[in-house]
Amino acid sequence: MGLFKKNTRPELPDFWKTYEASFQEKPKYIWDRQQFVVLDTETTGFDFEEDRILCIGALLVQGQTILVKESFEVYLLQERYNSETAEIHGILKRGKLQKIPELKALKRLLIYLGNRIIVAHHTQFDITMINRALRRHNLPQLKNKTLDTAILYQRSLIKSKLLERKAHYSLDELADKFNISKKDRHTAIGDAYITAIAFLKIVSKLKKKKDFALKPLLE
Amino acid sequence: MKNTISERVADFLKNFPPFNELKRNELQTLSEQIHIVYRERGSTIFAEGEAPHDHFYLIHKGAVSLTKKPKNEIVDICDEGDIFGLRPLMANEKYKLDAKAHEESILYAVPIDIFKPYAQENKEVGNFLIESFASNTRNPYSESHRGKLYGEKENVESPDPSTRLLDLQPVKYSKNLVSCSPGMTAKMLAETMTKRKVGSILVVQGDLPVGMVTDKDLRNKIVTGAYPIDTPASKIMTAPVITYPKKLTITQAQMAMMKSNISHLCLTKDGTPNTKAVGILSKHDVMVALGNNPAVLIKAIKRSTKYKQIKPIRNNIMDLLRGYLEQNIPITLTSKIISELNDACIKQCIKISLGKMEKAPPAKFAWLAIGSQGRSEQLLHTDQDNALVFEDVPESKLPETTAYFLELSRRVNKGLFTIGYDYCPAEMMASNPKWCLSLTEWKNKISHWIINPGADEVLLSSIFFDYNLSYGTKELVEEISAHIFETVGKYPVFYLHLASGALQNPSPTGFFRQFLVEQDGAHKDFFDIKRRALMPLTDAARVLILSHSIKGINNTAERFEKLAELEPNNAEFYLSCSYATKALLKFRTIQGLLHNDSGRFIALDKLTKEEKIKLKRTFKTIKELQEVISVRFKVSNILR
Repeated sequence: MGLFKKNTRPELPDFWKTYEASFQEKPKYIWDRQQFVVLDTETTGFDFEEDRILCIGALLVQGQTILVKESFEVYLLQERYNSETAEIHGILKRGKLQKIPELKALKRLLIYLGNRIIVAHHTQFDITMINRALRRHNLPQLKNKTLDTAILYQRSLIKSKLLERKAHYSLDELADKFNISKKDRHTAIGDAYITAIAFLKIVSKLKKKKDFALKPLLE
Repeated sequence: MKNTISERVADFLKNFPPFNELKRNELQTLSEQIHIVYRERGSTIFAEGEAPHDHFYLIHKGAVSLTKKPKNEIVDICDEGDIFGLRPLMANEKYKLDAKAHEESILYAVPIDIFKPYAQENKEVGNFLIESFASNTRNPYSESHRGKLYGEKENVESPDPSTRLLDLQPVKYSKNLVSCSPGMTAKMLAETMTKRKVGSILVVQGDLPVGMVTDKDLRNKIVTGAYPIDTPASKIMTAPVITYPKKLTITQAQMAMMKSNISHLCLTKDGTPNTKAVGILSKHDVMVALGNNPAVLIKAIKRSTKYKQIKPIRNNIMDLLRGYLEQNIPITLTSKIISELNDACIKQCIKISLGKMEKAPPAKFAWLAIGSQGRSEQLLHTDQDNALVFEDVPESKLPETTAYFLELSRRVNKGLFTIGYDYCPAEMMASNPKWCLSLTEWKNKISHWIINPGADEVLLSSIFFDYNLSYGTKELVEEISAHIFETVGKYPVFYLHLASGALQNPSPTGFFRQFLVEQDGAHKDFFDIKRRALMPLTDAARVLILSHSIKGINNTAERFEKLAELEPNNAEFYLSCSYATKALLKFRTIQGLLHNDSGRFIALDKLTKEEKIKLKRTFKTIKELQEVISVRFKVSNILR
């Protein structure tokens, strides 16, 4: 998709250059010192072309700690609106929440992300949504390494012939398994919090396994 | 910028002292600076002698134990909403205790540099801290430290373990006050008492307590025929009421009951009979608080109406177990009592879950404990293993019946989780559609295992065939047992496979009689007492007892005792197997209590020479037993 655009690539804005520059340093991937951004997006739907991001929520995790001060929450101004999904996330088109234009939100997000590792539940979806938004503003794709709690959870399960592993584990299932309150479910930051706690619990299980290392898990 | 997470943190904080005394904006500033910390069970939060952190901690979820070296004596267990690790920060000195996650926990780390000015400016906050420093460790000696908050040294004297946690603890009284008017008849108030499952009823006029009627009053005055059954309460009540303020310690309550020779105290707002009654304290409540009597605990379990109420009782059960082991009470008796109590907890959980269902069960059912719980060999908190069977229904009704029992099982599994049984990692739980079946479905499944005994089928049989009825209809279980024997009778080759399964466990000792430890993984260099020592005994006992067509004895030690009875020639040998089982079980339980885990993995370097010799003695028996199995069931080397 980006192939024939290369020649006409416009000058990239400064915030992108800063973001890009943060990746020059070679990462060490030491678990306890690594910073993770646990992220979730609420969207108008599941169509990567048509649908838009309404909200991005993210938390900063380091070691076994979530730094509340460093949490990230933006609501986006969008033309598209879908009353069906609005029932799920409760974000109204003309609601009271303070909303900002998409580009401004992306700029803030990139400054926040830097070279941190992104963690999400079904990461592919959120990343693709963000990448499509970036493309609409003639920006390249995200450069961050990612982890997916849906995949990590599967790896953390015991290897037993008696246990049938499911192909998909929803965030609700994880919340039930790990006894995490679903109070703020379907708000971006609430889902990010559930994902973050699940992430910490999964990693503590994975750490007990032989040859635990962060690097091979990254995508 | 909006920060929903810090709002949630503030929502939680404002419910707990001292944060409830903070102003809104203070709470908000504080909440934004908090770190949310996850700690897995058993991990250290801070250690004795460590320099103070920048934060103190509030427990959001889970529990934290504060222990004192060198004996790792538990000074306190902090619960949700409790703060800990504050005093060293205030006093600017090193930690005097070890703090460990007693359960998997989520903590709020509160920065001291932001909190300290609030504590110094806000009198209410300061007072709370002074009080909590004086009493939070529940340390009887700390009284003398009242009023010296800042720069105060932590009390290093450890309390006498026999009085620990007891005397000065405030009692929990029943706030759910059962009362009646002076005019209510004896018959009616007896009905009320029966319905509410209480032994006493408070007679009130207006809001003020005027008398009390207890079981004893009814017995002495009504049942004897001294008064007719429609006598009003005012005639038979004990009056005046002995009243006390609600802030009563256990010792005070015991003294009061002894002094007035009564079994119930009425607690009022200010302690006089002229204010509103707020609760009743019975001898039973005091006994529960002391937590050292199985009968009292059983009663407390049966009175629970919420899962959460059972959890503290389970902690009392663990204290009881610890006490029994310390006093060296025979393990057979100990495990009987503890299993009985654990069983009562499970039953109550099921009852509570049934109460939450919209409809009554559409068919008869039985809740089965399987695996080690089915064998009543599980004394510690561990994973739950269970299954459900319901009576056959017409095929058209099967989907909805299955759906009902799955929903019930989901609730029970969650309830059991709440009271401290972890989810089974292999999903051997009744909420798994594979383990929640009708009688016929179960029979088919069992037949399949017996007729096609591959490795998985044998493993499943070994877990499931130790089932034990926890709740429900006994006949369903008996039908399953009959089916097993009938099917095995037709396919005796199954015994051979079960026997060879029993010989699969790795040997406990190597060629030079040294312990074989785990080679890798989280438990590298630990000795796996379950897999290497207990399982060979359990598996062998199962195949032997099944081959005698005996069902209904699930406990491994008891199975060996039965075998000794059935085969007098080998009686001595089987009794030694029974002894070895008990010894290992006790060993595992003590290890588990010591480390707050299942006790399965043992650090050999922590054992005394004597303990090692004791362990090794049991291995000899295991080896002999495996030879007996191998010969009796003609397990060929190919199968092994």
